[in-house]
Amino acid sequence: MSEKVLMKGNEAIAEAAIRSGCRFYFGYPITPQTELAAYMARRMPKIGGVFLQAESEIAAINMVYGVAGTGKRVMTSSSSPGVSLKQEGISYLAGADLPAVIVNVQRGGPGLGGIQPSQSDYFQATKGGGHGDYHLIVLTPDSVQEMADLTGLAFDLADRYRVPAMILADGTMGQMMEPVVLPPERDAAVADKPWAVTGTENKRPHNIINSLYLAPDVLEKTNDERYARYAEIQAKEARWESWMMDDAEYGIVAFGIAARVAKNAVTHLRQNGIKAGLIRPITVWPFPTSAVTGACARVRAMVSVELSMGQMIEDVRLAAEGRCPVTLCSRSGGMIPEPQQIIACVERLAKGGK
Amino acid sequence: MKRLTLFCGHYGSGKTNVCVNYAMHLRSMGLEVTVADLDIVNPYFRTKDSQAQLEEAGIRVISSPFANSNVDLIAIPSEAYSLTEDRSRYAVLDIGGDERGALALGRFSDAIREENDYEMLCVVNFYRPLTGTAEEVLGVMAEIEEACGLRFTGLVHNSNLGAQTTLRTIEDAQGEMLRLQELSGLPLAFTSADERIAAGGMFPLRLQKRVYE
Repeated sequence: MSEKVLMKGNEAIAEAAIRSGCRFYFGYPITPQTELAAYMARRMPKIGGVFLQAESEIAAINMVYGVAGTGKRVMTSSSSPGVSLKQEGISYLAGADLPAVIVNVQRGGPGLGGIQPSQSDYFQATKGGGHGDYHLIVLTPDSVQEMADLTGLAFDLADRYRVPAMILADGTMGQMMEPVVLPPERDAAVADKPWAVTGTENKRPHNIINSLYLAPDVLEKTNDERYARYAEIQAKEARWESWMMDDAEYGIVAFGIAARVAKNAVTHLRQNGIKAGLIRPITVWPFPTSAVTGACARVRAMVSVELSMGQMIEDVRLAAEGRCPVTLCSRSGGMIPEPQQIIACVERLAKGGK
Repeated sequence: MKRLTLFCGHYGSGKTNVCVNYAMHLRSMGLEVTVADLDIVNPYFRTKDSQAQLEEAGIRVISSPFANSNVDLIAIPSEAYSLTEDRSRYAVLDIGGDERGALALGRFSDAIREENDYEMLCVVNFYRPLTGTAEEVLGVMAEIEEACGLRFTGLVHNSNLGAQTTLRTIEDAQGEMLRLQELSGLPLAFTSADERIAAGGMFPLRLQKRVYE
């Protein structure tokens, strides 16, 4: 039999995390990400790992903080309302320079909202969400294969830059089943992390994991150092896919499930004689600004396709720098835009409308 | 032909697709058919997605009023009691995955056993991560039987890799299927495959195309 397996997106993240050396998972069930926790519950005990269903999302993220301080790879996952609960802990992770992976399989909001897919936590994921000056590295998979691949990357980037990383998926990505080639098993041993609290054996000064700074000038200096790292991440780690953009007169920007619908729309538009293309951010922080800025100089208009009331469009507009008009085409509340809606939007622009 | 056909199996083995197509198959033979979605596990991708198509074909659909909605409620519709009380119709039951899904079937198992006119088929996809071997499937089958109080009577071979499935995909899994038949002592009811690739003797499945495919 082939090395491919048929997996749900949620399961693919869980298995990829394990194969990337994650042996600690803390979570709390919530639709539509529960399969991830259920998979961890089945697998972790068999491989000497820890699965713990915490008493709440808040407890889970603080358990993540504890394990991350020891330098071990650790993950938590939830869906939108649960990720809101985690925000304080995420800010503390950022403030203590701890690597960890947080998965958000988004559902409709605000509030308790609904259980159907959404991308309306874009602001929360990319502009903070918790308090203070910080960023997460935010990865946006658009297939079950990428759910697996980006999970391994999230662990690597989190360790490399000592920042928390987030997989920003949505309910459809979590629930859909596709064939996937799982990544090879990697060593679960702690990578070189001289800052981790692993016991000094009286051979070195002890390490402190902390986000409290009593002197404001020291806190400012810490923020400056962290922002130098963020600048390096922005310069090196922005990822995106350009699809049919070379001769495109109308550009679509979309990530995750919205990008898949947008690809269908681009194919139809080109059959109808309208040169459309797609820029698919694979990271939304850092946002692929250079790709969008470059494209905006060549196209007649840009369309931001989202499962929200319009959040990423602000980053698209900033990147456009006024070079071309930027229009929103979106659904919210758990609805997915249909290709026809995107086609109609671009056709309207092509006829001179807005 | 038994009056009741129950499709159970591992989470994500393809029960809903097999179930919907099997109901259409029975209907095409001129039978009065009800299809019931008793899935209490899956929030998305439900029998209800095919409701219009099924009802157009004259099939009665019993489904939770909350399926595909924002109400995340483990609920079985009251109409489901007609499955065992009205013996004039054939019925195809879509049971949720694993032992958790099979719990919902337990409510009906006394009546089903008493009537004794049913097939309970285990839908198997060897390309699913936790059921890649005959032994692993046997483990899930035992958990399902314990949860619902009914014994399997047969197997459905539904090994697939989604849109990347070829005949070779199915052939490669056939050895494991033979082992499962041997180990379980159960007959193979049929092998199912996407209608675009189904070869002679296979049960063809018409699958729904989604906006992101």
